[in-house]
Amino acid sequence: MATITPVSATAPAQEVRRGGGRAPNADPAVMRAGLGTALLFIGPYLVLFCTFVLAPIVYGLWISLHQWDFLLPGKPFVGLQNYVDLLTGGSTTSETFWNSMRATAVFTVLSVPLLMVLPLALAVALNKKFPGRNAVRAVFFAPFVLGVAVIGLLWRYLLDPNVGVINYYLDLLGFERIPFTTATPWVWLALVVPTLWWTAGYNMVIFLAGLQDISAELYEAAELDGANSWQRFRHVTLPGLRPVTIFVLTITILASANVFGQPYLITQGQPGGETRSVIMQIGEEGLRRFNMGSASAMSTVLTLALLIVSAICLSFLRERTPKEQKR
Amino acid sequence: MSTATTAPPARTKPALQEPGSRSRIPWRMIFLGLLALLFLTPLLWMASTSLKSTAEVSQADLSMLPQDPTTEGYEKILGAPQTPVEQWFLNSMIAATGQTILVLVVATMAAYALARLSFPGKRIITALVLATLFVPPISLLIPNYVIVSELGWLDSLAAVIVPGAAGAFGVFFLRQFFLSLPVELEEAALLDGASRWKIFMTIIVPLSRPALATLALLTFLANWNDFLWPLYVLFSPERLTIQPGLSTLQSAYTTDYATIMAGGAIASIPVLILFLISQRFVIEGIARGGLKG
Repeated sequence: MATITPVSATAPAQEVRRGGGRAPNADPAVMRAGLGTALLFIGPYLVLFCTFVLAPIVYGLWISLHQWDFLLPGKPFVGLQNYVDLLTGGSTTSETFWNSMRATAVFTVLSVPLLMVLPLALAVALNKKFPGRNAVRAVFFAPFVLGVAVIGLLWRYLLDPNVGVINYYLDLLGFERIPFTTATPWVWLALVVPTLWWTAGYNMVIFLAGLQDISAELYEAAELDGANSWQRFRHVTLPGLRPVTIFVLTITILASANVFGQPYLITQGQPGGETRSVIMQIGEEGLRRFNMGSASAMSTVLTLALLIVSAICLSFLRERTPKEQKR
Repeated sequence: MSTATTAPPARTKPALQEPGSRSRIPWRMIFLGLLALLFLTPLLWMASTSLKSTAEVSQADLSMLPQDPTTEGYEKILGAPQTPVEQWFLNSMIAATGQTILVLVVATMAAYALARLSFPGKRIITALVLATLFVPPISLLIPNYVIVSELGWLDSLAAVIVPGAAGAFGVFFLRQFFLSLPVELEEAALLDGASRWKIFMTIIVPLSRPALATLALLTFLANWNDFLWPLYVLFSPERLTIQPGLSTLQSAYTTDYATIMAGGAIASIPVLILFLISQRFVIEGIARGGLKG
């Protein structure tokens, strides 16, 4: 759920400052409340927040500084050794970790462009009233409400090398059967296509909301100027969607970089760990082998990478917006 | 794809320029209709395969429709002690409902305090809560496992109900909504001597029904579909929720896809029904959660 929000959080952050400064003067009676009352309202959430969000952030870093075997009583402090092991390589752990980072990067690069283009196309096509529009929109969105385990089992069946539906039809049409779930490059197809089917509708819904915010007058003006459909798309739709596009791009990159269920269920990391994602690797290392120290160090490295990606995406948003307004 | 993107705007006002027959052919609808059919196909295969016999799914000839519809797969899976799907279903219902109630109560109250009350430390708390929206959930996985284990919650539903309710999304979402409500009603109620709690329960909560419904649906769906966390914190077959439970079907039934698809269908039906009756809230919630502000 946290993935739904990053960009929107930037605007409210400004609002906090505005709201905090303004409100006491504007409506003092409504704002005024005893500390006890305030605690009554916010206390229960703060307890949860501190226990399961704030403390774990710090605790995770602490764990990463230890040789932390969950099942053993002694958890010796090792300083930055876990990070050094990961970054300098040499050990099998670091090798599998960087392989999983590579697999995650490949998946992200392959999936994100499709997850931008198809949803945008669908949104533009749906951004006009016609009979059955809501039904069509619901169909595109529907796969998203199914859990990844359902998606995984279903596509595992459709793509099964021996008894799968897709190979049955390939056979029927005279093509050779394809080992979708066990051999490169097919495994990437087996991860990207189900992901596209699963989440395209989600991005489409956000694009649609963005399209509805573009004023119809802009299109009319462009048409009067003799702009054709491509020019209108290029010069009205795309600039109007810039903030939304950056937002969708950010959450899509983050979602793809956090891929877990699809490789866990569809390819099971095959062939030979080639499609093992970094989240799979962290889960395996920390919660199956219980080497929590090195798994936490992996989490930190991934978290930093993701924060850098988000920061780059968000800086696009900040830089470009003023220019847009000046024009 | 690029042709698909460019085509639609061309037809926004075709009648003005070319009153000829070209505009009569609803290309947009044909294109979208075919694509929608393609999107539905995997689901139709899941439904139809779940109604086939084990023998039929493994034979050389496949057909979209079951030749001899049977509930064999459902019967096999509903009675199985190692894969108690009905228990997983119940567990998921309890977990998703429980977390939804917890989020509604706790986040609504916190959001109200952050939107309307002034108290020391409010800015810091607000900033901290909002900042954690950017923290990738993976960084919480290992430490929360240790914390949940210390609390004695491993392999219990508490582990999949409580920690997930601490996320900042609900608070953020509702705070935005409360800030958009006019303060006059509350001012009037305060002048009438109403307590803060009474104002909250009789003014704020009723006014926020649509936002609360949206948050409830998003929370329920997210919990029902959660996979990574329950996969690791639950382990006894009878304690699993439906998503990690389903993932064990693959090793239990290998290529008996009729049975596996029956499990998939059982897990999908409630969320699909919930989505169909509430799609406006779900879709608007996502659009709003993403774009508000």
